[in-house]
Amino acid sequence: MERIPVLRMGSLLLITIQVDMHDKLALQLQDDVTERISDWGSTGVLIDISSLEIVDSFIGRMLANIAAMSRVLGADTVVVGMQPAVAITLVELGMSLPGVRTALSVEAGMELLFGSVPGTQSGSGDERPQA
Amino acid sequence: MNELAEIISKNEEQIRAEWLREMGNSIQRADLISKTELEEQCQALLSAVAAGVRSSGANDISAPGWNTARDLLQDISASRARQGFAPADVASFVLSLKKPVFSAIRREMASSPDKQFEAVWTTTELLDRLALVTTDTFMATREELISRQQQELLELSTPVVKLWDGILALPIIGTLDSARTQVVMESLLQTVVATNSKYAIIDITGVPTVDTLVAQHLLKTITAARLMGAECIISGVRPQIAQTIVHLGINLEDVVTKAKLSDAFALALQRSGRKVVRDGSAPASPISGLFAKREE
Repeated sequence: MERIPVLRMGSLLLITIQVDMHDKLALQLQDDVTERISDWGSTGVLIDISSLEIVDSFIGRMLANIAAMSRVLGADTVVVGMQPAVAITLVELGMSLPGVRTALSVEAGMELLFGSVPGTQSGSGDERPQA
Repeated sequence: MNELAEIISKNEEQIRAEWLREMGNSIQRADLISKTELEEQCQALLSAVAAGVRSSGANDISAPGWNTARDLLQDISASRARQGFAPADVASFVLSLKKPVFSAIRREMASSPDKQFEAVWTTTELLDRLALVTTDTFMATREELISRQQQELLELSTPVVKLWDGILALPIIGTLDSARTQVVMESLLQTVVATNSKYAIIDITGVPTVDTLVAQHLLKTITAARLMGAECIISGVRPQIAQTIVHLGINLEDVVTKAKLSDAFALALQRSGRKVVRDGSAPASPISGLFAKREE
């Protein structure tokens, strides 16, 4: 059966959604995530939806649910890489996902989960030389 | 009816000469159109009208026989609308044809007043209809021009500028309605992705009024940006607007707002772990000591 892989990275879970979500897949993912968190004692969940192009209210609610369930189990959730069209659609559907933290890229999401101060670890070359 | 066509064809030269003279008195705009071009247009239109009357009669200008004349007239009106003629000028271009044709009818049908009257009436009706065609076309061309300009304005009025690595600014000028919010939202989100920017400053200094609808549109944009992982800061809130927002009971508690764009920029720099410091090696002006206190 088709499944969305849930990868373990230390104390984090990494989920990359690369197929069009349908309702069954979403429910399956919900089950998997909650089980993995309790099995492995994960403290953070990172969901990368940069390849997700189509979203409906059910998928939106599923994202919010996963975040809420993870919080109950003691893990932080970060959703990363949402496409502009998806963001606009969710807003128009009235779903602002209030409990979900977001980041622009997987890297930024990791930083957020590790609770690192931006700029100290990233070394993204944005320091300007001081004249 | 073909008598009318005969009269026009037979007296074409004379009618055209009189027509040009007639127009010269009122509407010849040497600054907008050359004399030769005008003469060519007159000649083409007059023969098209004669052909139209001959093949399809003078009563129904939507008949196929009038196609040439109608197309020609539409072309002329459209080009005049773009050249900047006034609507009255364009309508009188056709209407000033009346007098020359009437005098031709008078000359040719001098023997029978009844026929003369009938021909004059038909011509009047015909030229009025043609004048309406010019006005319609003129208006349509203007409308098209206006809507194109509106579109261009819409695109021009929502620039997204990069202030620093990871910091964008979006100065909004003019009222935010649904259509503009859509454009603003899309261009902001696209730029956030393209430049991988964590902070976006929405500057509303140029927004004349903020009512519940505008606030709702702003909140939508901010929520969409947040969903993507960018943080929005609203700046340029004027004192009156701050009062309005509170009086209307708009909830902006989840949004960071600042009075000035510079304050918002400073906050964005601070949050991204950057600091602006004064360059100590800059040459000091002899009077700089006087201002040092104030700058602290």
